[in-house]
Amino acid sequence: MSTGVEGETNGHALKSTRHTEITKLDRVVIRFAGDSGDGMQLTGDRFTSEAAAFGNDLATLPNFPAEIRAPQGTLPGVSSFQLHFADYDILTPGDRPDVLVAMNPAALKANIGDLPPGGTLIVNTDEFNKRNLQKVGYDTDPLQDDSLDSYQVHKVAMATITRSALEETGLSKKDAERAKNMFALGLLSWMYHRPTEGTEQFLREKFAKKPDIAEANILAFRAGWNYGETTESFATTYHVAPAKLNPGTYRQITGNTALAYGIVAAGQRSGLEVVLGTYPITPASDILHELSRHKNFGVTTIQAEDEIAGIGMALGASYGGALGVTSTSGPGIALKSETIGLGVMTELPLVVIDVQRGGPSTGLPTKTEQADLLQAMYGRNGESPVPIIAPQSPADCFDAAVDAARIALEYRTPVLLLSDGAIANGSEPWLIPDVETLPDLRVTFATKPNATDGSDEHWPYVRDPETLAREWAVPGTPGLQHRIGGLEKQDGKGSISYDPANHDHMVRLRQAKIDGIKVPDLEVDDPSGKARVLVLGWGSSFGPIGAACRRVRKLGLAIAQTHLRHLNPFPANLGDVLRSYDRVVIPEMNLGQLAMLIRAKFLVDAISYTKVAGLPFKAEELQGVFTDVVKGVPA
Amino acid sequence: MTAIDLGLPGLAGIPTTDEKQTAKDYKSDQEVRWCPGCGDYIVLNAVQAFMPTLGLKRENIVFVSGIGCSSRFPYYMNTYGIHSIHGRAPAIATGLAVARPDLSVWVVTGDGDALSIGGNHLIHALRRNVNLKILLFNNRIYGLTKGQYSPTSETGKITKSTPMGSLDHPFNPISLALGAEATFVGRALDSDRKGLTEVLQAAAQHRGSALVEIYQNCPIFNDGAFDVLKDPEEKERRLIPLRQGEPVRFGPDGDYGLVRSGFGGLEIAKVSEAGEENLVVHDPTIDDPTYSFALSRIGGEDLSHTVTGIFRNVQRATYDDLARDQITTAKAAKPADLQSLLRGRDTWTVE
Repeated sequence: MSTGVEGETNGHALKSTRHTEITKLDRVVIRFAGDSGDGMQLTGDRFTSEAAAFGNDLATLPNFPAEIRAPQGTLPGVSSFQLHFADYDILTPGDRPDVLVAMNPAALKANIGDLPPGGTLIVNTDEFNKRNLQKVGYDTDPLQDDSLDSYQVHKVAMATITRSALEETGLSKKDAERAKNMFALGLLSWMYHRPTEGTEQFLREKFAKKPDIAEANILAFRAGWNYGETTESFATTYHVAPAKLNPGTYRQITGNTALAYGIVAAGQRSGLEVVLGTYPITPASDILHELSRHKNFGVTTIQAEDEIAGIGMALGASYGGALGVTSTSGPGIALKSETIGLGVMTELPLVVIDVQRGGPSTGLPTKTEQADLLQAMYGRNGESPVPIIAPQSPADCFDAAVDAARIALEYRTPVLLLSDGAIANGSEPWLIPDVETLPDLRVTFATKPNATDGSDEHWPYVRDPETLAREWAVPGTPGLQHRIGGLEKQDGKGSISYDPANHDHMVRLRQAKIDGIKVPDLEVDDPSGKARVLVLGWGSSFGPIGAACRRVRKLGLAIAQTHLRHLNPFPANLGDVLRSYDRVVIPEMNLGQLAMLIRAKFLVDAISYTKVAGLPFKAEELQGVFTDVVKGVPA
Repeated sequence: MTAIDLGLPGLAGIPTTDEKQTAKDYKSDQEVRWCPGCGDYIVLNAVQAFMPTLGLKRENIVFVSGIGCSSRFPYYMNTYGIHSIHGRAPAIATGLAVARPDLSVWVVTGDGDALSIGGNHLIHALRRNVNLKILLFNNRIYGLTKGQYSPTSETGKITKSTPMGSLDHPFNPISLALGAEATFVGRALDSDRKGLTEVLQAAAQHRGSALVEIYQNCPIFNDGAFDVLKDPEEKERRLIPLRQGEPVRFGPDGDYGLVRSGFGGLEIAKVSEAGEENLVVHDPTIDDPTYSFALSRIGGEDLSHTVTGIFRNVQRATYDDLARDQITTAKAAKPADLQSLLRGRDTWTVE
């Protein structure tokens, strides 16, 4: 602990002159919670940007209802944004908040259970009237009784103060109160010594066409900051130093943006035009939004009439020699299955992005889940193998997208990319890659007849002996006219064939092509080298699993962690890795889909730990599971 | 303001050849496997004979189909071709047309493929006005699945799946296409080689979506469906051919014609009673689709009368041209600097 020094926030627009107790922390988790109309996502985003600008490592977890505006003040209408920032490399958005900002009784009720005793609670008192309390089933006002005694409670009339701060702007009472989220942001920015210019600049740009609204939000933001600075109720401020990450230039990025950038990069590195055929669906729509802004990179986006048309257009573009991409969530994959099958049969490159959400059916559109693995693996008629890739974090979505495009182009196959709601909307720092170091994805189109019988014909199903990929002969190439389609092909020549032996051969050939895709070997993280228990994960659970393993090791126990990016084909060393440990634990946000594949393929009696709550695993929870397993291994 | 000239001809941008082509050049080595007597043979022959007149390089022509008897068509054309999945050909062809301005893209589909399972893609391709030529083979039956009623089958039709008669009210494909504001809509009979070729020729020259409905006989499951339009005596009474700039007139001695009725419609009248000067003079280039729609309502599912020829042929910017135009505009406005995109605006550096 140190005493505040004047000028601590030097260089920032707002300058603290007050002496407060400054507590140095290595990490903090803040959760902003309010009504879905209160602007909590924006508030969280801005605080994230401030943390990023300050150089902290960070991870975020937005959590919002599927309804655009659920009934005001109700529990289903609560929207929250959790941010974890630290002075070291962190892996998750945090299990529980250290600080909860509750903008109304519903937000308090929905989130207070996650705040540990002693945690800081900042409440907007203006919404705590009889009606709002009744709406969420509070018989007495929790701000008046003793139910919050175990927390450090700060009661702030945010709406009232915001309104009076904006009195001279001439805005209506209602409009003025809408800026109370910026008041909250200002207050938190003061508490955590965050830089503030970025937010003010952001507000000016966001409301460039409505300067009075921009000004009102800035005034509210400053009012919040000044409230902390001038009132005595906040005696302590907190300092979280910049993180010591690997050297380089960083930016903050969400999974969906990183994924879209990966697609742009794949287009540039392959030299191909990109055609995204897609249909809006939560939580994948931001990929469409982002890609539609990058037409200067030769990226065409088509908002199709439905999911099936979206993938059809992408496949049609691939047939024409472009990089066809389609983006969706689980329900959309169900609709696209037949076209994925056509892509398998016609052996054309195609990137199919599934940002998984809670299912089945419409399920939980805004919540996360990993339950589409078996759909991706087997959800088509016939033997229809496709490669599957899953990113492990928001920033990793970039590399996963480039990798998906690489496999699609090199092996001429649809590739399933399984992201999910948690990493799609969550964000973290991203070490910006040097584009020159990205893989070279250039392709070669067929230009000459290739018939193996010496004729001058083009046979569409003659294969590269190494990759088993067929030639990509695009329309417009003289002399290579040929016909492809969904009917079974005669090996090599590609004519329609109903021959039994040929079908058996072709089914095995298509499988062999996918099985032969080169993917990197797994690396195992086991600092002690003595672990007898291995945790195997895939996709977005990388963070919580990693954080839990760190905790287990802090207890003096040995545990190994490895994570699958490639789910089909599996890395070649997976079987050996699995067999090197006494126990294998597989945590998944489904009912054990990877565990089923692992058991079937490797006959390893893996322990499947599953949870399908629509939210990422908590590190604390996994720590308990892993610890039990480690302790249970006989000496 | 777009840089695309609305008057761009249908085949602009597609490489041409001076080499003399014949119908034989368009025949692939695949054995044609439709049933003997199928109307599809006649259409295939007509298309193979007509293609050389376009003077295009064969490698720049693509036939895209869905599923159904007619969807085997691409296998028999010595061009590029893709036989896709049921109903989805317009979507696949849209992606291809957007990606490749140098291709002449043709969709071959049937009444089940286009109007039932693929109805959504058809209407959206038409409203977007993608530069596709869609040949809709209408035999008013499901052939490949062996004889169920189709969305164009007449009400009450007895089929394998409707032993007591079908209950569905049929689609009028021309009305449907016009309702989707298709820019080119035509109809022809498989047996009328001259009429079919004329419509195909105009469709090829049209820039935008062109829907050509072809009445096609299925000799196995719906034989004779269009016989009343082929019978020498009957056809004179029933067929109403459209010719641009000419009064719409038909009948054995041209004694019937079309006149305006109430509410913007059209009706059949005796020329002697209505007066020759009151006959409608056909003009498919009228922008308001009301007129073409009224034409499409003449006759009915019983084929008491059938209008043939070009119902509508108007100019509207195509989706694919506009999409490429946006790309061109964006590229001119901002260089494709990937490193700068990845960096973004707010960065920090760790030493």
